[in-house]
Amino acid sequence: MAAPILKLSNVSKSFGPIDVLHDISLEVRAGEVLCLLGDNGAGKSTLIKLMSGVYQPTAGRIEMDGKEDHFPNPRAAAEKGIATVHQFGGTFPLMSIGRSFFVGVEPTKGWGPFKVYDRKKANAIAVEAVQKLGITRITDGDRLVGGLSGGERQSLAIARAVHFGARVLILDEPTAALGVKQATHVLRIVNEAKRRGLAVIFITHQVMHAMAVGDHFAVLIRGAIASDFRKGEKTREEITDLMAGGASMANLEAEIESAFGEDDEKTPRVA
Amino acid sequence: MSSSPSLSIGALLRRPETGSFLGLVAVFLFFTAFGGTNFASPTGAASWLNVAAQLGIVAIPIGLLMIAGELDISIGSIIPAGSMTCAIISGYYDLPIWIGVGAALALGAVIGLINGILVIRTAVPSFIVTLGTLFAVAGMTLGFSVLVTGTTSVAIKVPEAKWLLGDFIAGIYQVTIFWWIGAALFWSFVLHASPLGNWIFAMGGDKVSARNAGIPTERMTVMLFVCSGMSAAFVGLSQAILYNSAQVSAGQSYIFNSIISVVVGGVLLTGGYGSVFGIVLGTLTFAVVSQGIYFTGFDANWASLIIGVLLLGAVLMNNTFRKAALSYTPKKGTK
Repeated sequence: MAAPILKLSNVSKSFGPIDVLHDISLEVRAGEVLCLLGDNGAGKSTLIKLMSGVYQPTAGRIEMDGKEDHFPNPRAAAEKGIATVHQFGGTFPLMSIGRSFFVGVEPTKGWGPFKVYDRKKANAIAVEAVQKLGITRITDGDRLVGGLSGGERQSLAIARAVHFGARVLILDEPTAALGVKQATHVLRIVNEAKRRGLAVIFITHQVMHAMAVGDHFAVLIRGAIASDFRKGEKTREEITDLMAGGASMANLEAEIESAFGEDDEKTPRVA
Repeated sequence: MSSSPSLSIGALLRRPETGSFLGLVAVFLFFTAFGGTNFASPTGAASWLNVAAQLGIVAIPIGLLMIAGELDISIGSIIPAGSMTCAIISGYYDLPIWIGVGAALALGAVIGLINGILVIRTAVPSFIVTLGTLFAVAGMTLGFSVLVTGTTSVAIKVPEAKWLLGDFIAGIYQVTIFWWIGAALFWSFVLHASPLGNWIFAMGGDKVSARNAGIPTERMTVMLFVCSGMSAAFVGLSQAILYNSAQVSAGQSYIFNSIISVVVGGVLLTGGYGSVFGIVLGTLTFAVVSQGIYFTGFDANWASLIIGVLLLGAVLMNNTFRKAALSYTPKKGTK
């Protein structure tokens, strides 16, 4: 098996006296989707920020391609090929698709001080990149990003990362705010990115979405990895139970049941 | 302009300047109807074009700052500061005019630099930072003027520079009108054609994402403040040369007038959306209303009422057009 692109060994992060992440070890390989599961407050966002250069780890080491590395700022991480796509796409709602695709790296034509932003080229490349990922509904690069659906915005952001040569794609809850159909769309694009050999880190608390695309799973509970397993090693129920902090879903159901049971006379039972 | 792909009515309606264009047509027709032929005559046109030109030169960089998500109200005292600097150096001390002009522009640049650095170094909103410099610069202008000249109004006679900065063409059109046209062309290029324009839009859309995309947001912010400071100083010094004198308190009205022009011109107050052409139209609209009232039989006091209503109407209209632009899809039936 190929060496991992990104590897975290015994990484911890604390803010003053508060330990947010404790002894995290993770690795992700090219063409593999690592799903990071965890309830709200489990430390998922902090972990992403460590990997994308927003925060520095308090202890432990980060390796890229087998060599120790560190990302002093988001720019440095991006230059090494780590792209982060946030829940709302991190895009600019009132800019056109072409313009927002090329923010910071605008294609130009002309010479000297008269270098002019090349709208046609930008639009053509942006539309092509998005279509290659399977979003065929985007055909006009002049459309404003804010007019796209949530799923399309996510796809645009992923297409942008892929186009600019990302090797590790960190997706922060890309499906959380989406409907079923839109989420399916995004999951298909995650699969497409994986097929192209990107290492994908997919953060979610929706077990269904994780199981649809994941090869490797890590469950985060209160800042520590509670479980680390590969595809097919655990059932959906087991994963859900893990995320709920060990308290099994069955217990939870029983608890709710009994709460209803106590005032059975007043409340009609929901069948 | 970075041309729009299709010239259909729909595509025109989705541009940020549509609202201001309709507004301008409306007020123009209104004042032509009530002000008679004088209003639209060359002399009448000069009265509002002259006002528009001086306001327009500051309104455009203010608009760009607003597109980038910032605000600069310190221009209200940079204008008289530039005016006084030029008049004291080239009028009171009788030094060559280019020293006065250079010093005024440098002063505007320095105040802009201070604004910019304070905004990026402290997390204080630019409204508060420039409110501070607005008062500080106003106080400094008054203090220094009285200290140096013993008065709050200084005469300046520079016939050799008038043709360039403060003359009337054909006896009625201020030469600043051409400076305004030049500025509009320059800023149109920057905002709509050069990659820098894309950065400005991105900064106003989402500053953090823009920085993560590699845009030097801090340097851009400082640069925009320097530009608005210098533009304000330019308006100040050209006023001094035009009127042959400078006063310490001539500029506060520019603060709101420029913001009104920019907002009527279709710039989104929170940033990320707008156009230079729209700002130009907004400035013209403002000037037409504020001057047009004198051509009608109405009491001039009503002008502010019209401007107020116009501003609210423009904001509502621009919201509608922006929504139309957002919901635009090339094919029907997609959601």
